[in-house]
Amino acid sequence: MSTVATTVQLSETRIARRETRQQLLRSKTFMAGAIIIAFWVLCAVFGHRIAPHDPLAQSFPQLEGLSRTYPFGTDQLGRDVFSRVLAGARDILIVAPLATLLGIVGGTIIGLVTGYFRGLTDDVVSRIVDAVLSLPLIVIAVTVLVALGHSTLTVIVVIGLVFAPIVSRTVRAAVLAERQLDYVSASRLQGERAPYVMFVEILPNVMGPIVVEATVRLGYAIFAVAGLTFLGFGVQPPSPDWALQIADNYTLLGAGTYWWTVLFPALAIISLVVAVNLVADGLARVFGR
Amino acid sequence: MLSVLVFAASQLLPGNIGRNVLGPFASTNDVNALNHQLGVDRPILVQYVDWIGKLVHGNLGMSLEYKVPVVSLLGPSLINSLKLAAVAFVLVVPLSIVGGVFAALRRGRLPDRVITLSGLSLTAVPEFISALVLILIFGLLLNWLPVTAAAPADADLVTQIRYLLLPSLALVMVLFGYIARMARAGTIEALDADYTRTAYLKGLDTTTVIRRHVLRNSLLPTIAVIATQMGYLIGGLVVIEKLFNYNGIGQRIYTAALNKDFTMLQSGVLVVGIVYLSATLIADILYSLLNPRIRYAGVE
Repeated sequence: MSTVATTVQLSETRIARRETRQQLLRSKTFMAGAIIIAFWVLCAVFGHRIAPHDPLAQSFPQLEGLSRTYPFGTDQLGRDVFSRVLAGARDILIVAPLATLLGIVGGTIIGLVTGYFRGLTDDVVSRIVDAVLSLPLIVIAVTVLVALGHSTLTVIVVIGLVFAPIVSRTVRAAVLAERQLDYVSASRLQGERAPYVMFVEILPNVMGPIVVEATVRLGYAIFAVAGLTFLGFGVQPPSPDWALQIADNYTLLGAGTYWWTVLFPALAIISLVVAVNLVADGLARVFGR
Repeated sequence: MLSVLVFAASQLLPGNIGRNVLGPFASTNDVNALNHQLGVDRPILVQYVDWIGKLVHGNLGMSLEYKVPVVSLLGPSLINSLKLAAVAFVLVVPLSIVGGVFAALRRGRLPDRVITLSGLSLTAVPEFISALVLILIFGLLLNWLPVTAAAPADADLVTQIRYLLLPSLALVMVLFGYIARMARAGTIEALDADYTRTAYLKGLDTTTVIRRHVLRNSLLPTIAVIATQMGYLIGGLVVIEKLFNYNGIGQRIYTAALNKDFTMLQSGVLVVGIVYLSATLIADILYSLLNPRIRYAGVE
């Protein structure tokens, strides 16, 4: 009896999953975003190899305009902007997703615990969350990065730690709705321990909002990493990172119109963040939020 | 709570403050003397109480880098930042509310999709990128607006605003999406509500229904979200002020961070926190003034 029930349930989950997949494939915004992200991921992996010139080489004429040899011109150190744009996806596509992952895992745990236990735990954690959220991310990040010294790892940890409380609010709200439901009481009456109920029973049912939150957070993580890098606290030279290219060259804008040195990396960042948000929008629609 | 957090964060600063200020060649005696003079050789709790005590008297200490009171540097910077924020605010609030309400009234049709998607995309783009694109278009291509934020010293108000237009537009682009989305959601909810149907059924014309019944209800959540965006606005200032080389609070925090000027950093971050909390408070008060349900609940 119970095995029959399990098989029926399993195939139902499978059907539900297939439906979700089909809905996503049919969503134009989702697909457009996914294709752009896939393109930049490929560039992040193979960019150094497919680039026509070495992205780090300073051996070309300086500040050359667009030409056949240098489709996007060269920067003030004589580096090929086109090659650097192709290779520049790597660092941000490592740092931002890792920071997001940390924030999502941390936030999910906090959200599950506070939403499930309520009471004093909830109150204390919520107060701390409020205090953290009363300062802008970039200000917290700059302060901590100065204090601890800036390495890629610190950037990931700081952004992840600031995201965790924000994520925890979304998760907590979803958990509060779930814990009223019969299956939670049933599982508790069966004598299951709290961690089991939280992670095995409730967690799978709040995955929808968590997935949507994760993509939204990824967008913010890219935003934050790019901003920190621009300020000099994120990705460090000589990486061909896009924000770093802009930080290196934006001062030239006032002097002469060497617009190509900043416009192309800027467009690259824009395409990436917009793509992430299109995916987030598509996911949110499918998961019905 | 905020003050504890700020203080704790600045205590994380590595190593010896005296050593940081005097450099690697100073003698150990001098370093110790300076540490003693600054009082940083005392227990942390004593330092905290001391700092808080001075704080409530408006004394934020001396800047380690510039050797002048922090207040004398932070004050003018804060005013500069508030000017920039004010211009951004004046532009973004009406613009995004009109955009959001307009999108809601054309729900599901082309104008709605255009406003929602472009708002979403603009919000996602880091502010220094939108600022750069604005500089390229309006500053260099069209040559309409100055590309630096600080106006000449004796400039009149109009010129000052002209100089602040580009940086504030960059902030507007980021904030527009959020606020417009809230205004849209609020308006849609109000449009679907029973009281709106009642208003239509009792024969009021569309303009009156929207002005008297829809907008009054839909803009409440929007006010709340505007206040929460103040926090972002100040964070955005750090990046924007650096890009435009504008002497505001964000620029102060940034240089203090670079120079390890910890009194300045501490005070700057605290000021930001206070500004944010006051914004939230003002929003709460405004919210209750505009919402009779809360206003009367307090009286009963």
